[in-house]
Amino acid sequence: GSQQNRASRRKNYQRKNRDGKNAREERSQKKDRGKTAPTKDQKESENKEKKTTKRGKEGENKQKKDRKNSTSSASSNSSDEESLSEEELAMLKEQVEQKKKLISTMRNKPWRMVKKLSVLREAQDFVEKFEGALGKGKGKKLYAYKMMMAKKWVKFKRDFENFKTQCIPWEMKIKEVESHFGSSVASYFIFLRWMYGVNLVLFGLIFGLVIIPEVLMGMPYGSMPRKTVPRAEQATAMDFSVLWDFEGYIKYSALFYGYYNNQRTIGWLKYRLPMAYFMVGISVFGYSLMVVIRSMARNANQNTADGDDDNFIFSWKMFTSWDYLIGNPETADNKFASITTSFKESIVDEQESNKDENIHLRRFLRVLANVLIICCLCGSGYLIYFVVKRSQTFSKMQNVGWYERNEVEIVMSLLGMFCPPLFETIAALENYHPRIGLKWQLGRIFALFLGNLYTFLLALMDDVNEKLAEEDVVKNITHWTLLGHHNSSAGNDSTATPPPLDPADVPRGPCWETTVGIEFVRLTVSDILVTYITILVGDFIRACFVRFVNYCWCWDLEAGFPSYAEFDISGNVLGLIFNQGMIWMGSFYAPGLVGINVLRLLTSMYFQCWAVMSSNVPHARVFKASKSNNFYMGLLLLILFLSLLPVAYTIMSLPPSFDCGPFSGKKRMYDVIQETIELDFPLFVAKIFSYMANPGLIIPAILLMVLAIYYLNAVSEAYQRANAELRKKMQMLREEEKNKRNNKASTNPMLQDLEDLLTPSTKTESAPKQAEDKKIESPNGTSPARKPGRGAVLDGSPMASGRGAACTLPSQVFVTQPPTLGVRAPYPGQPRPWGHPLGAVPGRGRGQPCY
Amino acid sequence: VYRLHGRYHEMAPNVVPMDYTKDPDVKLPMQLIINMPELKENPFKERIVASFSEDGEGSLSFNDFVDMFSVLSEMAPRELKAIYAFKIYDFNTDNFICKADLEETLNKLTREELTEEEITLVCEKVIEEADMDGDGKLGFADFENMISKAPDFLRYYFKKR
Repeated sequence: GSQQNRASRRKNYQRKNRDGKNAREERSQKKDRGKTAPTKDQKESENKEKKTTKRGKEGENKQKKDRKNSTSSASSNSSDEESLSEEELAMLKEQVEQKKKLISTMRNKPWRMVKKLSVLREAQDFVEKFEGALGKGKGKKLYAYKMMMAKKWVKFKRDFENFKTQCIPWEMKIKEVESHFGSSVASYFIFLRWMYGVNLVLFGLIFGLVIIPEVLMGMPYGSMPRKTVPRAEQATAMDFSVLWDFEGYIKYSALFYGYYNNQRTIGWLKYRLPMAYFMVGISVFGYSLMVVIRSMARNANQNTADGDDDNFIFSWKMFTSWDYLIGNPETADNKFASITTSFKESIVDEQESNKDENIHLRRFLRVLANVLIICCLCGSGYLIYFVVKRSQTFSKMQNVGWYERNEVEIVMSLLGMFCPPLFETIAALENYHPRIGLKWQLGRIFALFLGNLYTFLLALMDDVNEKLAEEDVVKNITHWTLLGHHNSSAGNDSTATPPPLDPADVPRGPCWETTVGIEFVRLTVSDILVTYITILVGDFIRACFVRFVNYCWCWDLEAGFPSYAEFDISGNVLGLIFNQGMIWMGSFYAPGLVGINVLRLLTSMYFQCWAVMSSNVPHARVFKASKSNNFYMGLLLLILFLSLLPVAYTIMSLPPSFDCGPFSGKKRMYDVIQETIELDFPLFVAKIFSYMANPGLIIPAILLMVLAIYYLNAVSEAYQRANAELRKKMQMLREEEKNKRNNKASTNPMLQDLEDLLTPSTKTESAPKQAEDKKIESPNGTSPARKPGRGAVLDGSPMASGRGAACTLPSQVFVTQPPTLGVRAPYPGQPRPWGHPLGAVPGRGRGQPCY
Repeated sequence: VYRLHGRYHEMAPNVVPMDYTKDPDVKLPMQLIINMPELKENPFKERIVASFSEDGEGSLSFNDFVDMFSVLSEMAPRELKAIYAFKIYDFNTDNFICKADLEETLNKLTREELTEEEITLVCEKVIEEADMDGDGKLGFADFENMISKAPDFLRYYFKKR
């Protein structure tokens, strides 16, 4: 029986190997890898997929030899397939199902390759032979055909998945960075790529729906006052310095708000541009909000799926900290160092948790540090406000040097460069755990940038208000100039219509929206420049310096002071987040800003990848990437809301300029919606909207939403509490187990007496059993059945001290509880004295594997 | 798989034949395998090779080779990886991870940078955390229970092929 099987199995294996290798040989005598696709597929599919059947050469060979090897299969049927009776059919079906299951779970079994291959082959033969036979006559063919189609479909899906993963941009680059620097640095690049995707979508929206229609179907440049450079500026309009400041021709282009005409419909499509402009502005925020929240929800799901973390700190560090992906010696060195540091840190943690600290001193120091930092933040806020005010007075002066013009940006960049290290030094007073310290640091830098941004905005608002006041004056001037022009030209020829005033000559109002847009674009551009220059100088030049000057320098530059730079993950991520905030704020007033950002992200990806690979060294301390991801998303969400506020405020409360932009002439920008509803939609829509806008309807709706939020919050809190309870229960269970085994400190004294009574008998019985088990097990190979048996023996030895009696009752409780919790614990699987009678020997009962 | 065969062949061109029709009994010694670039930096390379080797000495035939890479690949299921991980960390192959095994693992991970007492402390903590049945060493059940809850386990056992 078994001998025969083994022999036939070996034959199977050899035949299969021969087939496979023959085919390979034939097609690739000269190691031509290009042509190995079919063969590779063959072997791969057999080994990895285990469900496909390549009906080529293999099929023919197999069918020829099928008859010979059918003796190895368990079925007793003859090759006469037509005369199957009903019950034989059913039995066959069952066997086929069994074999199929075997095939699909083959991958999970830790058998040797040889054995796997032979068993697989046999099962596949069996399935193929009798699968077709299960249908009858025509039904047979259809059944076989359906099977084939199903397999083809699975293969197609797999190929499509492969193709999709190949399409992801920059995947190879990011993997390379990951293998050199670890997953934390790579997470920055993944974040960058995600941002690029979002920006690309936004750019598509704005470009397609706003810029293109205006450029294609609107009035061309020079035809209207708002689209033309005023006469006074025309002389310098093409100068590079003017263009660099985004004045001149750029100011009067589609990049900025002021270019757009307020004509209600343009072109032959009757495209409603002002409406589109408004809606696109709103949908930019809506889409970004949706995307950020969806990403946060996904991250949150992953985090909660991890379960309790704190129980296995050291074990996990020991077994899962080595990154098997590392292939570079330098990275390996760093990984060793970081693992060592991480162990040391945990050891220190462990020791510190037993230490007693002077709490008052610590608290005092922390309060002091916070006070100092708040002072710094206020100081920087005031500095920015002061500088912005000064720049406004400068802009009125004539002879402004380069420094005065760019003072605001320079001051902001300097603050951004020097304050964070200052915060770090002050934070040394606080003596926090490094992870918490890092979060504080990030929070403070965030507050710094936020403060800067808002003082900037406030100063900008002052500017806007000034311009609004100015507008009234200019409006009057324009009105009178036009009137004067008409009168004078009409004076010459009273009947003809007066020639229109050249657009360049019309006195222009100060278009505050365009000014705001220009400010944001300038800020973004200077931010980009500063970032790139910092990378170049701070990383690349420094690396060159250290590498080449090291030969002739007094101390070792590489190990000592400058050394190579590490990649500052948090700084870069924060920079990216703030940049995005500015884009969101400015995109309403400068539609071209998003395009600039897309370009920036694209170049940034390549530039930073190159910079990281060429001039950075891997971190000495590895930054755990997984949990902070939601932290960054949270910051992004916060910035999104904060950047929504100014835009919403200006839309709702400031009157648009009278002579530029798509909303010129209206009292408020949102009037465009009203206009559209009145003129374009049928009457009842207007009625519906007016009802909906009724406060009597809106206030109950708001109340309802508040109630819904409260209810959902309560439900989620209840779930969290239930979760925590379950965890506590599991913890308690585990500790009780441990106590029972180690100390028996928590057992009932009466049960203890019982135990002592039973101790002598159980000990002697289970000891020889243990020895027996061990002898049988050691010569074996790697059979899975061994493990539960071993576990059983393990249970046997400590339990031998007469635990059986004492623990029948509590262990029943233990064992029945975990399944109801639905938690995947190995204990139900481990053999336990499931209600064994008191006198039974625990060791013997547990010898049976019941995994 | 053909690529794997190419790699296998590269390592010892004189010994490994191109065709396997005669099912030759070719095994590559451990020294050659642990010099592969993917394994070179791994502190556990000897253990990895030894646990896939059929004859227990570390020589891998081609089947063992394919086996090894298939388990280390992304496609292998978690239970299988756990089984092999346990074998890798069990240095004295007694099917338990005892304290000596832990100390050995720790030394390999940190390249012996930790002091004696630190090593002892860590090993004791590990046993305290993971040992469920109180025998002072980790059986497979303990190991699997602990590793199944680890978030990083799958990530770090990947190998792209």
